Amino acid sequence: MPGTVRILVNGRSCDVPADVSLAAALLNAGHAAFRRSVAGEPRGPVCGMGTCHECRVTIDGVMGRRACLEPVREGMQVVLDA
Amino acid sequence: MTTRPDVIIVGAGIVGAACAYYLSRSGMRVTVLDAGFAGGGTTAAGMGHIVVMDDSEAQFALTSWSQQLLDDILPGLPPSAEFERCGTLWVAEDEPQLESARAKLLFYGSRGVHAELLDAGGLARAEPMLRPGLAGGLRVPRDGVVYPPAVARWLLDEATRAGATLREGVAVDAVHGRSVTTPAGRLEAGAVVNATGAAASKFTPGLPIVPRKGHLVITDRAPGFCRHQVVELGYLQSAHTMDAASVAFNVQPRTTGQLLLGSSRELAGWDPSVNRAVLSRMLARAASFMPGLARLPAIRTWTGFRPATPDKLPLIGAWPDVEGLWIAAGHEGLGITTALGTGSLIADLIAGKAPGIDPAPFAPGRAATAVH
Amino acid sequence: MPDAGASTMRADIVVVGAGPAGIAAAVAASGAGRTVVVLDASPRPGGQVWRHRDRASLPSVARMWLDRLDRSGATVLCGAQVVDAGPGARIGAEYQGRALKVEAQAVILATGAQELLLPFPGWTLPGVLGVGGAQALLKAGMDVRGKRVAVAGTGPLLLPVAAALAKAGADLRMVAEQAPPEDVRRFAVSLWRTPRRLLQGVAYRASFLSVRYRWGTWVRRVAEMGGELIVTYTTGRSSWAEPVDLLCTAAGLVPSTELARLVGCEVREGQVVVDGRQQTTVPSYYAAGEPTGDTGMEAALVEGTIAGLEAAGRGSGEAGKLKAERAAHRRFAARAAAAFRLRPELRERVEPDTIVCRCEDVPMSAIRHGWSGRQAKLATRAGMGSCQGRTCGAALEYLVGMARDTVRTPLAPTSIGVLADLASHLDESQGAS
Repeated sequence: MPGTVRILVNGRSCDVPADVSLAAALLNAGHAAFRRSVAGEPRGPVCGMGTCHECRVTIDGVMGRRACLEPVREGMQVVLDA
Repeated sequence: MTTRPDVIIVGAGIVGAACAYYLSRSGMRVTVLDAGFAGGGTTAAGMGHIVVMDDSEAQFALTSWSQQLLDDILPGLPPSAEFERCGTLWVAEDEPQLESARAKLLFYGSRGVHAELLDAGGLARAEPMLRPGLAGGLRVPRDGVVYPPAVARWLLDEATRAGATLREGVAVDAVHGRSVTTPAGRLEAGAVVNATGAAASKFTPGLPIVPRKGHLVITDRAPGFCRHQVVELGYLQSAHTMDAASVAFNVQPRTTGQLLLGSSRELAGWDPSVNRAVLSRMLARAASFMPGLARLPAIRTWTGFRPATPDKLPLIGAWPDVEGLWIAAGHEGLGITTALGTGSLIADLIAGKAPGIDPAPFAPGRAATAVH
Repeated sequence: MPDAGASTMRADIVVVGAGPAGIAAAVAASGAGRTVVVLDASPRPGGQVWRHRDRASLPSVARMWLDRLDRSGATVLCGAQVVDAGPGARIGAEYQGRALKVEAQAVILATGAQELLLPFPGWTLPGVLGVGGAQALLKAGMDVRGKRVAVAGTGPLLLPVAAALAKAGADLRMVAEQAPPEDVRRFAVSLWRTPRRLLQGVAYRASFLSVRYRWGTWVRRVAEMGGELIVTYTTGRSSWAEPVDLLCTAAGLVPSTELARLVGCEVREGQVVVDGRQQTTVPSYYAAGEPTGDTGMEAALVEGTIAGLEAAGRGSGEAGKLKAERAAHRRFAARAAAAFRLRPELRERVEPDTIVCRCEDVPMSAIRHGWSGRQAKLATRAGMGSCQGRTCGAALEYLVGMARDTVRTPLAPTSIGVLADLASHLDESQGAS
C-alpha cells in the first residue's frame, strides 16, 4: 500500500494517498470546481488526460498547471481559483 | 452590375477598413475586396499599440492626428475592440537612453503631448516587475491599446451601414487605375485604392514595400502583472536597423489580463514559420527586462508581415504612374496606430477636399522619384 | 538567459506517447539495436488504456508490454510534455519544469486519441466528465464509492468504463449508448468473428447487470440543482430527468494530431496519413495507433511494432505477418465506426447560449457557419485559450464543419523561460547568435 503525502490546498493541509494524481486528490477532498472560467463559472476536470485544460491550478506559485497530469508530492502547495 | 462603385479598395485590413469608413461617410459608393477575410492578415499580427511617435515631424503629425480620430470614434467602439488607455512606458536601460527619453519629453512637450520623465525609482513604482537597475523612463499616458481585428471589423461594419460593400474571399489578380481584375472578371470603379499592406508591391510594381516578419507570443491570463505598454527605448534602434534580424523588449497588457510579447524584425520573404532562433532571442530579451515573465505560461506564438518602406513612412496618396490608382500601404509596425489618419487622408484626397494634415511627406511618388 | 535551464539528449529514435503504440514502437526499435527515448506527459507509461497506479492491477497483456518496455533499454521520461519540434527529428519538451531537447534520427508519433466532447446545455458544469475522462480519473485515484454515476456515450469504450466504475463502488444509475439498437446488435453479432472481444463484452456487461443499459439513448441537457446534477435523457421519442452526482459523457474518440500538424504531416479527415510502413508524409516521422485513425489497443501494438522496426531500418523481416494482423484490426475498427456513428440529434443539442469554447466562454450564437477556425478565433476568441482549440476545434469541426486553425508552438502552455530555452536549441541551423 502506498503511504500518504501532505499537500496544501489554499493553505489548508490535506493528507492524500501518495500515488494519486492531484486532480483525483482534489476531487476526493470535495473540490468539484478547481477554477473559475473567464465568465466566472465554476469548472472542474473533464478529460483526465491533459487535453481539456479545465483542471488548471497554481502549483508552488506556477500558474496554469494541469492537475490531472501532476502526481501529488509532499509539501505541494496548490491554489484553486474557485 | 448596375451600380459601379466610386472606389474599389483592395485589402480589408485595418488600413483598407479605415479608408472604407471615411470614403463611405463622405458619400462615396465603396466596394472592399479581400482575398481572405477582413482583418485576417497583418492586422491580426499587430500588437494594437496606439502610440504617438516622434521619429519625424511627418510621423508625429500622422500618429497624433490618428489618435485624435480614434478619440472621435471611441464612444462607438464595441467592447471586443478592447480599447484601454494604458499609456506607453518607454524604458531607459542606461544614461544615454535616458538622455533620449529627455529629448522625447521635450519633443512631445513642445507639441502638446503630455509625457512624464521617470527616474529609476519612479520607473520601478510604475512597473514593479521591471528588473532593478534601469535608468528610468518616459510615460506617455494618452497612448493605448486596441484589438486590431475587431477595430477593422467595426470600421467595415460602419462603412457597410453607410452603403459600402465588403466582399471577402475575392482574390484580386491585378490592380489597375480604374479597375481591378478578379477570377470572375473585371470590376470597374472611379478609383482604386491599393491597401494590401505588405503585398502591395505585388499589385503595383515599383512600390518600395517589402514584408518584414515579426513574432508575437501571448501568455495565459496574469492580471496585474504590468499596467502599461512597456517598450525599451532600444526598440527604436531595432525598428530602424534594416539588415539582420533584430529583437526588442515590448510587452503589453491586454484587457483579458493576458500579456502580449514582441517584438522581432527580419527580412525573410513570405515564410510564415516561427524562426526559433529569433523567437528565443525575443523572449530572452523580454525576460531580461521583466524576469517574472519567464515563469508565465505562454499559450501561443505567431508571426506576421509588416509592410516596410525604406524611409519608415507609409505611402498614402495618388500613384503617379497610373491614373486613378491610389496607395494606402507601407505602414510597417504603425498600421494600427495610423490607420484612421490614413483613411481620412485618402478620403479627402480622392474627394478633392483639404486633408487634415499635410499629405506631402506620404506621397507615394516620393520613393519612386528617389529610385529613378 | 536561454541555455540556462536546458538539457539535450541524443537517441536514434524518439517516441512521443507511451501508450500501447509507443511502447510497442520503443520495444521494437530497441530490439533492433537502436537507442530510444520515450516521452509522455502522464506520470507513468501505459497511455489511456493502460493508465494505472499499481501495475499488478493491470491485465496480463499490459503487464507483459510494460515489462518489455522496462527491459528494452529505452529511456522512458514520464511527465515530459512535448511543446515544440524543430527541423529534422528534434523534439522539444518541458520536463521537470525545464527545457529538454531530444535530438534523434526519427520520430514516432504515438500520441493517441482524445475524446470528442460535444457541447450541450450544462456540459461545462463541474461533475460532468468525459467517458474516457472518468476512466482516467478513476485510474488516477478518484474515489467514486457510493456516488450516483451515469455513463452516456458511444462505442466500445462505454462498457469497460461502466464496468470499472461499478467495480470501484459507484452507484451506477445508467449506461446509455447513443447508437440505435439495430446498429449495436449488428455490431455485437459481428463479434463472432473475434470471440475474444465478444467474451470481453459479455464480461463487462456482467459486472453491472443490475444497471439499465439503454441503446438509442443520449443526454439532452444537464442542470445543477442543490448540489445534484439533473440529467435529461432522451430517446428522441421520450425524455426524462434523473439526478446523479457524476455524469460521464462523450461522443467517442478523435485522433490527437497536434504534433503531426505542427511538423507538417499530411492530415486527412482528422487522421495522420501513413504509408504501409507507418511513415507519414514528413521524412523521418512515423505514426502509429490512434493518430492514424486505427482504433484500439491491438491495432496500436501492431502498428507501433511496424513503426519501431521501420524507423530502425529493420522493416522487411516480420512485416508481412504484422501487416496481415493490422488489416484485421482495421476491419474491426471500421465495423465499430459504422455501428457507432453519431446520430445527427447530437448536433442539435447545442443552444444559442451553450458555450462551445470552454477556455474563452464563447457561446454557439457567436459562431457563424462558413467561418474557418482562424476566422472564428479572431472574431470571437473561440480556440484562443489555454487548450488552443483542442476541445472546441474538434467539436466545431463536427458540428459545423469548421476547418481547424494551424498549430503553433507551444503545443501545450509552457513557461516563457522554457519556450525561450527550447527555441534556442531547436533551431541551431539558424545560429542563435
